[in-house]
Amino acid sequence: MHDKTIRELSDGLKSKAFSSLELTESFLKRIERLDPSINAFITVTPERALKAAKAADVALEKGAAGPLTGIPIAQKDIFCTEGVRSSCGSKMLDQFISPYNATVVDRLNAAGTVMLGKLNMDEFAMGSSNETSFYGPVKNPWNLETVPGGSSGGSAAAVAARLVPGATGTDTGGSIRQPAAFCGITGIKPTYGLVSRWGMIAFASSLDQAGPMAKTAEDCALLLEAMAGFDPKDSTSLERPKETYSQGLDESIEGLRIGLPQEFFGEGLDPDIHQAIQAAIGEIEKLGATVKAISLPHMHLSGPAYYVVAPAECSSNLARLDGVRYGYRAENPKDLKDLYMRSRGEGFGAEVKRRILIGTYALSAGYYDAYYIKAQKIRRLISDDFKKAFEEVDVIMGPTSPSVAFQFGEKSQDPIAMYLSDIYTIAVNLAGLPGMSVPVGFSKGLPIGMQIIGNYFSEQRLLHVAHRYQGVTDWHQQSPTL
Amino acid sequence: MSLTSDEVNRIAFLARLAIDPDKIDAYAKDLSGIMNFIDEMSAVDTEAVPPMAHPLDQAQRLRPDVVTEENQRETFQKIAPKVEAGLYLVPKVLE
Repeated sequence: MHDKTIRELSDGLKSKAFSSLELTESFLKRIERLDPSINAFITVTPERALKAAKAADVALEKGAAGPLTGIPIAQKDIFCTEGVRSSCGSKMLDQFISPYNATVVDRLNAAGTVMLGKLNMDEFAMGSSNETSFYGPVKNPWNLETVPGGSSGGSAAAVAARLVPGATGTDTGGSIRQPAAFCGITGIKPTYGLVSRWGMIAFASSLDQAGPMAKTAEDCALLLEAMAGFDPKDSTSLERPKETYSQGLDESIEGLRIGLPQEFFGEGLDPDIHQAIQAAIGEIEKLGATVKAISLPHMHLSGPAYYVVAPAECSSNLARLDGVRYGYRAENPKDLKDLYMRSRGEGFGAEVKRRILIGTYALSAGYYDAYYIKAQKIRRLISDDFKKAFEEVDVIMGPTSPSVAFQFGEKSQDPIAMYLSDIYTIAVNLAGLPGMSVPVGFSKGLPIGMQIIGNYFSEQRLLHVAHRYQGVTDWHQQSPTL
Repeated sequence: MSLTSDEVNRIAFLARLAIDPDKIDAYAKDLSGIMNFIDEMSAVDTEAVPPMAHPLDQAQRLRPDVVTEENQRETFQKIAPKVEAGLYLVPKVLE
């Protein structure tokens, strides 16, 4: 049952092949058996899950069910869930029981999904390997010695290990796409503003975007349909008509124009990945697409610009965590300054501290123009590169990450080496574009992901191309032996 | 560029972030490396480029000036580390 896609499970529920309660119990048992070695979950919520499953079975019985009614999912622990710990992977929020639900959680609940629990992640979503989590690293189900990627590493590992058929993730610089690639699953980061950020614990507000992670593009389409849409509670939410991403996925992609940026295939790319991407593009050409070489000349500046914008915004967002209103509070503070400094010093881990310091420095008097404004100008140049490219092509393809999953400890002592593992994904966030990762092969037993980038609001097109590719390949059906 | 330990202490104070004194040098080294990485930007002429704050150049949405939120003091204070009589407790600020 756990190998089935959301679409197949949904059909099974409707035809009464099994109930949501049976499905939920089966996944909960699998989590109990396998998660101790993977550590994908921070919190499992069996009682809530069984209650929600029973309610879903009633809806199914009444014929009042949608495509996601009764489907088990799990939420990245960055999303606030009423009455359930919402830790964001941090000691700072270890005791934080959210008094409200994130809009994404409300929407997925309203769609009838059954939440099994909350998923592990890099602390405050800052990391590319899940090694910065207060709850210990998640293991990659394909090889327990390697990282699952990050920051949505728990989400990717849980889907890859078949502990849950779909999960939510968030992506500020690659945090959906890079772990999806490392764990051999499918994930999409939508256009900035498509999915509400309300109740999604903020990291870098001008970049953060939530999206689904699942086995297939079709499953991502079903989840995104439920997640996306205008939310007055998010000041950057976009007011536009709702789309049905799961419709028309089987139509032809004849005439699709693919751009291959030379900057994605240069030095530093693992040759196995290069080869797998070329093979995948060959398959898509066979479906009627054409290929064109393009250039994104400011691509090399995306890392430097990102490591100003993201830390600057995080230093501002995390200022609210001061030991007073919620979160960790230091014992016996001698004065107010000591309360602030020690609550934050003891509550945050090393990578979060590094980013707060960089951000504070970049925003401090005399440096604002040289760093934050400069980075925003670079952002414009990067965004203009994409604009120009999309005058000639419909989608851009390339690797999601320069390497496959690396070993624990391999990059955790060198922040720059870690930052470079997101080198192909960061520019997409800076430009606010949608991007996804699909599995396209293996190197040394570890999955390879291909990135597909589209113009603003082209989620449907990305999912369509990925779905057609998955119709003629079976990389997305492979699962690790556990 | 490189950041000195004194500068790291100054930034940490601005951020109200206690850093273990034994680790200041390690932070100075890491932060200097990150700042060098960032400095690649300074080689680019951006004089005529307008800064980009929102990918779709959207402005802040306005809404009618009506009350939409109710007071939920009790709910929100239930998760506070220290409250008394509906107030958040902090160490004495004035003697």
